[in-house]
Amino acid sequence: MIPAPFDYVRAASADEAIAALAEHGDDAKLLAGGMSLLPLMKLRLATPAVLVDVGRVRELSYIRDADDHLAVGALTRHRDLETSDVLAAHCAPLRMVASEVGDNQVRHRGTIGGSVAHGDPASDLPALLLALDATFVVRGPGGERTIAAADFFHGFLETALEPDELLTEIRVPKARGTGFAYEKFQRRAQDWAIVGAMAVRNGDTRVALVNMGGTPLRALGVEEALAGGASVEQAAEHAAEGTEPPGDINATAEYREHLARVLVRRALEAASA
Amino acid sequence: MGGSVRIGTTVNGQAHEDEVEPRLLLVQYLREVVGLTGTKIGCDTSSCGACTVLVDGESVKSCTMLAAQADGSAVTTIEGLAQGEGLHPVQAAFHDQHALQCGFCTAGMVMATVSLLDEIPNPTERDVRLGLEGNLCRCTGYHNIVQAVLAAAGTNG
Repeated sequence: MIPAPFDYVRAASADEAIAALAEHGDDAKLLAGGMSLLPLMKLRLATPAVLVDVGRVRELSYIRDADDHLAVGALTRHRDLETSDVLAAHCAPLRMVASEVGDNQVRHRGTIGGSVAHGDPASDLPALLLALDATFVVRGPGGERTIAAADFFHGFLETALEPDELLTEIRVPKARGTGFAYEKFQRRAQDWAIVGAMAVRNGDTRVALVNMGGTPLRALGVEEALAGGASVEQAAEHAAEGTEPPGDINATAEYREHLARVLVRRALEAASA
Repeated sequence: MGGSVRIGTTVNGQAHEDEVEPRLLLVQYLREVVGLTGTKIGCDTSSCGACTVLVDGESVKSCTMLAAQADGSAVTTIEGLAQGEGLHPVQAAFHDQHALQCGFCTAGMVMATVSLLDEIPNPTERDVRLGLEGNLCRCTGYHNIVQAVLAAAGTNG
């Protein structure tokens, strides 16, 4: 399978990438690691006229301790996340979930920013960043703005990013000593989650769902039940509330709802242990 | 639209300069431009890992990477592992442990193993099984492959 023809532009810096996007407009698409975009292009589900390759923009590959939060460059690879000492000390869930993405080969190429900007509800990292209340820094011709994770994911593969904007940084609150668990149900080890559930327990409890609708989701019904004193078993029964899971070759919508309840219960139990 | 892009790579230690279509995949570049057919195209959807090669020492699926993205990089394929007549230790371990039947996944398995042992020189069996999750074999049931990787560990040098 071969992608449709396109023009290839390599950006050496964030500014060059933004200039290329401004020049080519809606016809252009950013290429980071390519782990999500290239498969879509090979199937010709995506046919951008211009690919702006930001894979060499090293200035956007970093993990920094920024006092009250961690600043992660958008082009930081999953491999760098899963081996980061800074994350081990200050945000173990991010390190752990990065190690769950795809397989070694995918993690050697794929980036956190690519995963976020692609906006696939079956991805692992967007759901975690939603649960952690991350903030996304984006830059366009008009300058920089920040978008809360809760406002970023608009629909299936749709985000708050404008066509002329580049995601540059992910800011994650420090999560030291946090109880955390990710339960991912899949047919083969490397596959996308059929359903995933993660629980972050640090005083309050956050629960996020993977592949239970057009975007990553918070399981607010579960969180409210727990805040109201419900047991883990009782709270997990609310896991599918407000979701619109897809039905596909892997699972019906009803089966996904069942999985959500079971996986949320397991995640809550594991995060409390 | 399309045009061409000039790329310079080092494949198995040998420098190459080529004018390629931007949409040319790395696996096609290796097989059809450089002429090294040891790297296989399996699923073509970045699931099976048959196309695994090393780019700057790290395993990647060459069916899901553009040749243009490898510009300036050192690529190692299965043909580049053995020095002289002897097999590379990972190849020798696959041979000794009968870690293949039809052999179609083997080049990718070996390359993924070289990268894995570089990152985890003394892996547990669980490390090996997780580390090779991106490589599918439809013949062996994996048991002998895992044994081969464990046997090669520590001799991968």
